[in-house]
Amino acid sequence: MKQSAERNEVIARLRGEILSSGGTVFSSHSNDHPDLGPLNMAFPGHCFPFRGTHEFISHNSETAAATLGFMAGLLSRIMKGPEMAVWVSVHRTLFPPGLKTFCIVPDRIIFIDLVSEKEMLWVVEECLKCNALAAVVGEVPDIHPIALRRLQLAIEKSGVPCLLHRHRPRSVENTVCTTRWMITPVASLMDEGLPGVGYPQWQVALLKVRNGKPGNWRLTWDGQQFQLGSTERMEEQNIYTKAG
Amino acid sequence: MKRYMAVWFRHLAADRLALRYPGLRQQPFVLVAPERGRIVIRSVSREAGQLGILPGTVLADARAVYPDLLYYDEDPSQDKLLASLAIWCYRFTPITGIDGPDGLILDISGCTHLWGGEEAYFESIVTRLQAGGYHVRAAIADTMAAAWAVARYGTTHPVIAPGGQAAVMRDLPPEALRLEMPVIDRLRKLGLTQTGLFMDMPPAVLRRRFGQQVLERLGKVLGTLPELLVPVQPPDPYVERLPCFDPIRTAPGIELAIRKLLEMICQRLQQEEKGLRKARLVCYRTDGGLQQVEIGTNSPVRNLEHLSRLFELKIDTIEPDLGIELFVMEAPVVEGLTTQQERLWDLDTCGKKDAVTKLLDRLESRIGAAAIHRYLPEEHHWPERSVRQTTDVHEAAAVAWPEHLIRPVSLLGAPVRIEVSAPIPDYPPMLFIHKGKIHKVVKADGPERIEREWWIEKGLQRDYYQVEDEEGGRYWLFRSGHYGEHKPEWFIHGYFA
Repeated sequence: MKQSAERNEVIARLRGEILSSGGTVFSSHSNDHPDLGPLNMAFPGHCFPFRGTHEFISHNSETAAATLGFMAGLLSRIMKGPEMAVWVSVHRTLFPPGLKTFCIVPDRIIFIDLVSEKEMLWVVEECLKCNALAAVVGEVPDIHPIALRRLQLAIEKSGVPCLLHRHRPRSVENTVCTTRWMITPVASLMDEGLPGVGYPQWQVALLKVRNGKPGNWRLTWDGQQFQLGSTERMEEQNIYTKAG
Repeated sequence: MKRYMAVWFRHLAADRLALRYPGLRQQPFVLVAPERGRIVIRSVSREAGQLGILPGTVLADARAVYPDLLYYDEDPSQDKLLASLAIWCYRFTPITGIDGPDGLILDISGCTHLWGGEEAYFESIVTRLQAGGYHVRAAIADTMAAAWAVARYGTTHPVIAPGGQAAVMRDLPPEALRLEMPVIDRLRKLGLTQTGLFMDMPPAVLRRRFGQQVLERLGKVLGTLPELLVPVQPPDPYVERLPCFDPIRTAPGIELAIRKLLEMICQRLQQEEKGLRKARLVCYRTDGGLQQVEIGTNSPVRNLEHLSRLFELKIDTIEPDLGIELFVMEAPVVEGLTTQQERLWDLDTCGKKDAVTKLLDRLESRIGAAAIHRYLPEEHHWPERSVRQTTDVHEAAAVAWPEHLIRPVSLLGAPVRIEVSAPIPDYPPMLFIHKGKIHKVVKADGPERIEREWWIEKGLQRDYYQVEDEEGGRYWLFRSGHYGEHKPEWFIHGYFA
């Protein structure tokens, strides 16, 4: 019994060491980590390992818009300081004023619109090496695992998070990214009986998270932060009513 | 194409004296100097010229006709005066030269449009010189010699159209070619009193009878032979050269050469308190080939490390082939950068803005400046005009971003036509067809009417609706035009998150 307790302790300590040496950069202050609200539980140590590569996969224009929205929300959590962010893309559809909904001042983002995808990874890597940036967003459908590894190495040095929007990828292979997400839009959230379109709501699937638990949530953006969406709230209420 | 302007100061020395002593204005007077034991008139004022007194006359002869003629000693520093006038002309063109004892030549290529055309440019220079008290004649032509000739002997309009010098020269006397006196005498003796009479003779005949000089002068007037303009202040470009004893073929060698050249340029920039915005490296290969690379910066820089890093990115585009024997580094664009600014810049190396600027310089040198931009709000409601692109990293927004407008996160490059069925006019559609797919509208918000700004362009207004279909996709649709007046058309313009 005593032995197993010791063993558990050793395992826990080793896990911590693996986490901190496995490419995931943890800062000593937990305040630094962006607060993702209900999603926090899925991540190792209950904080989002934002200093890494994050893939977002979308397959059509509607999901791409939802993904852009979710990424913008995430970016607003990351861009708390005065730093700027870089948005690299080839066929950009993002409309800068639309970022205002997600609490981002659009002029704090430097847009780099490339003519071809050839220079994309070089640009993203160069940007990731510059630790004066808050984050780098790249819109690239396909990325070679070796290229992603290069980005990961750059991040380990500079600590700049990298969000990759993969719109219509040819295949979703198993890459070394820190997290992989898929966002699909669902009916917006509006108080019962009121007309009009409400807060955007998405089905957020966390397909992969290193050292964490993948999951599936219904999330909404209430203009300030992420909140649990309608069905989950109902389920919670159901639980309370049952418990009550 | 080159354009030149010749300015002839007809009474330069006399005008100068009249400027110094205003009492002499409108007076006939002459300037004299001793020559071979006699006092000879060197230059005359305009009024003296009208009396028929010519430079070169002996003073005693002139005084015999006009006993009360005023005369003064010639000031030997006339060249200096002409040089200072040439420098004054810098406000009109960067290349000005002295031509003969009493003329200026200006290279006006590419300068005249700033004054609204050659006529206005010409007027501007002549009236300003005349207001300054100088009697001038001037002309504009394709060649320096033609401008010189028309300024002195021309009787027609002094601005000669491009290519028109041959026609104008026909009517001018042979003196307009600036030939030596014996040649002119011989021409006149043969009755060739106009250039047009001998201009078309075969070159061999002209050479045999009048010498090579006639052909040369004719060639320079017509533009078939080049003529060199010696500028008063030669432009001093930021150029450094590095010849190599052995041809350089390796990347480290090129890197070393770049560093050396940059060191020289940075030293000069340091002395002149300037920083470069653009630098070009030209490599001359042993086989005669040329290799060129260029870098640009977002702000004036004379930091050696930063500049050499920018060039390092370009080294692999240089093909040394058999070897490079001469490196030339130019800085075509420089801007003021005071020492204090630079010091701040150094202190700021740990600062973030500077790191971002450096990063963008590096990116720009590879992907071009056009790819990098930021967006600032503009005071327009029309979505396409509501943002303004800027390439400046530090520019702050002049107006705040609009607070309560709902804008999609993803906007189409141009609105796309859709088929709709709308139950009642001025209501959002029940369903719409986009790319062959039927979307049933479940929720909708709107309309938000946006008028086309009539002072910018004409057209119909748009009524924007935010709609959601049964699958949860959110769209930004608009109807163009009113019901009733026009046949309304529906478009999709963006996607909401």
